[in-house]
Amino acid sequence: MKKTLFVLLVILIVLAPISTLFAGGSKESSVERHAFIFKNTGNPYGDKQMQGFTEGIEEQGFEAITRAPDQPTAEAQIQIIEQLITQKVASISITGNDFDALEPVLNKAMEAGVKVLSADSAVNPASRLTHINQADPELIGRTLIQAAYDIAGGNGDIAILSATSQASNQNLWIEWMKKELAENAGKYANLKLVRTAYGDDLRDKSVSEMEALLQSFPNLKVVIAPTTVGIAAAGRVITDRGLIGKVFVTGLGLPSEMAEYIVNKSCPYMFLWNPIDVGYLTAFAATAATKGSITGKAGDKFSAGRLGNFEVIKSEDGGTQVMLGAPFKFEPSNIAEWKTVY
Amino acid sequence: MVKGKILFTENLRELGLLIFIILLGLLIQLRNPAFLSLSNITSLLTNTSILGILAVGMMLVLITRGIDLSIGAIIAFSGMVSALTVARFPEMPPLLCLAEGMAIGTIIGMLNGILVARFNVLPIIATLGMMNIVRGMTYVVSGGKWVSSYQMSTGFKAIATGKIFGINSLIVTAVFVFVIAGYFVNHTRTGRQIYAVGSNPEAAEVSGLPKRTLVFLAYAIMGGLAGLAGVLWVAKFASAQGDTAAGYELQVIATCILGGVSIAGGVGKLSGLILGTILFGLLNNALPLINVSPFWQMGIQGITIMAAVIANVMVKRNTDRLALRRRLI
Repeated sequence: MKKTLFVLLVILIVLAPISTLFAGGSKESSVERHAFIFKNTGNPYGDKQMQGFTEGIEEQGFEAITRAPDQPTAEAQIQIIEQLITQKVASISITGNDFDALEPVLNKAMEAGVKVLSADSAVNPASRLTHINQADPELIGRTLIQAAYDIAGGNGDIAILSATSQASNQNLWIEWMKKELAENAGKYANLKLVRTAYGDDLRDKSVSEMEALLQSFPNLKVVIAPTTVGIAAAGRVITDRGLIGKVFVTGLGLPSEMAEYIVNKSCPYMFLWNPIDVGYLTAFAATAATKGSITGKAGDKFSAGRLGNFEVIKSEDGGTQVMLGAPFKFEPSNIAEWKTVY
Repeated sequence: MVKGKILFTENLRELGLLIFIILLGLLIQLRNPAFLSLSNITSLLTNTSILGILAVGMMLVLITRGIDLSIGAIIAFSGMVSALTVARFPEMPPLLCLAEGMAIGTIIGMLNGILVARFNVLPIIATLGMMNIVRGMTYVVSGGKWVSSYQMSTGFKAIATGKIFGINSLIVTAVFVFVIAGYFVNHTRTGRQIYAVGSNPEAAEVSGLPKRTLVFLAYAIMGGLAGLAGVLWVAKFASAQGDTAAGYELQVIATCILGGVSIAGGVGKLSGLILGTILFGLLNNALPLINVSPFWQMGIQGITIMAAVIANVMVKRNTDRLALRRRLI
């Protein structure tokens, strides 16, 4: 009994690599194929990114493969990457589930001649040619101040409700907001930034901070909250206290969380990146890398269909990146379509 | 004479806390005149109600010499389940949602109670395990997604924003819980027995008190209140996410300590607890009002808790000494 089992096992072990060889061989096709791997399945945000990627690849006449593991783990992504290497795809673009853990397998892919990029959520510079960043911090900061100016009608008190005082993303955006205010002091002469409060991305604390802002500054007109929990908490407080039309909130938020407040006008409009565009831009960066028109060095240039021309620049993690550009605007006219997406 | 002195020292603590609250209030009022406005006091009380409700349950658990670390997770789970139910069945009456949340919380609390009372698992271990299990279940039922405001019915959100007799429903709920709890711990036999079990478990058992049942009851009540708080939380903030109220259990425990509840068990009064809750709510409300830097906010909270604990120890030492002296006489 044991012996037969053992023999069966040996046969299986011998056959296993042969069968994958066949599988790899049979899927070979003439059209150049580009792969996109998202963090996990069943994520509407990821579905939109994969949709944009497919659109961008097919527009150029290539074939797109989009994959995502069931669980958002690096291990699961490693398996998918191994399969894609066997299938000899031209490029792999990945939203990493781990910054460092994918390095060995991605290096293996690059050695096999596959171009590797990361999008949205970066992998470390050693395991990618370049990274596609969702949005440009400078444009986020400047856009939000311009939005506050527009909503306030040019004059009044404005305040910032951020995440924690240590959050690096938010602090970078706030820095750009202040720069925008300082550089155009004439335009913003009647717009006064009265305070930056920190809600720590906690619901209860964000509500307390928002209420304190309202109590302390009776002339407060616009609150800029560049964080999902903060902006929703601010919308909630404005709605609860019947301040719609007197105080407004804008910033960066999830469409699903903000749908109610955009419809009830406590938030006239707000921003976040558009996942379709992230995928679409990634598609063009991937094909540019395969053609050799970008090598991942800062200064490389490529064009991305309807989005225009882009340049590879240095990123803070020591590698390079491509910035998608200004954040996407969510307003009453498009919120119904986006609220179910993410 | 000596007995009067004991009563005095015990009340001294609460009197001190009250004076501290008044002084702090005046100080804040000087810094920001908006503090004592009606709208600010209302929001202070509204934002503190959930904390107060949870503190009542935690007090019972602490009195039995236990601790419950799972309540933050219970809040998230019961809130998430009720939010998902409401998203699926928008017609569901709000009271039914509250009942659903409380039932979920009570069941988890009962499991805690069984682990601690029946299987003698250390409370901190049992509830730490439960915390992780329940938090994990929250992610499983929600698939990692949030339930947002637009998916909730107006009736559901009104649970926390509606008014009863002109007062915010959260405040009314908290007062209701305090009144029931006051009656329970001071005037029912079971309530008094919980103190007996906490202050001297061996003596309580020897005198025939159902120790296991009483401890089980404390955790079940805590669970039920946490379940209730979960629905209130989600209705108040109109959003349910997997990491809702993460770490909130520590705030609740701190509130109990501020209110004079002893971690060592057997000691804790509702009057002190109410003052502790108000002081904690005051700190949360006022520190942003007087524009304290975020680095200092946590520090100030910590120092206040530390001061309360030291005051507790000193009061306890005094009463013990007086009690000893009485015994000598």
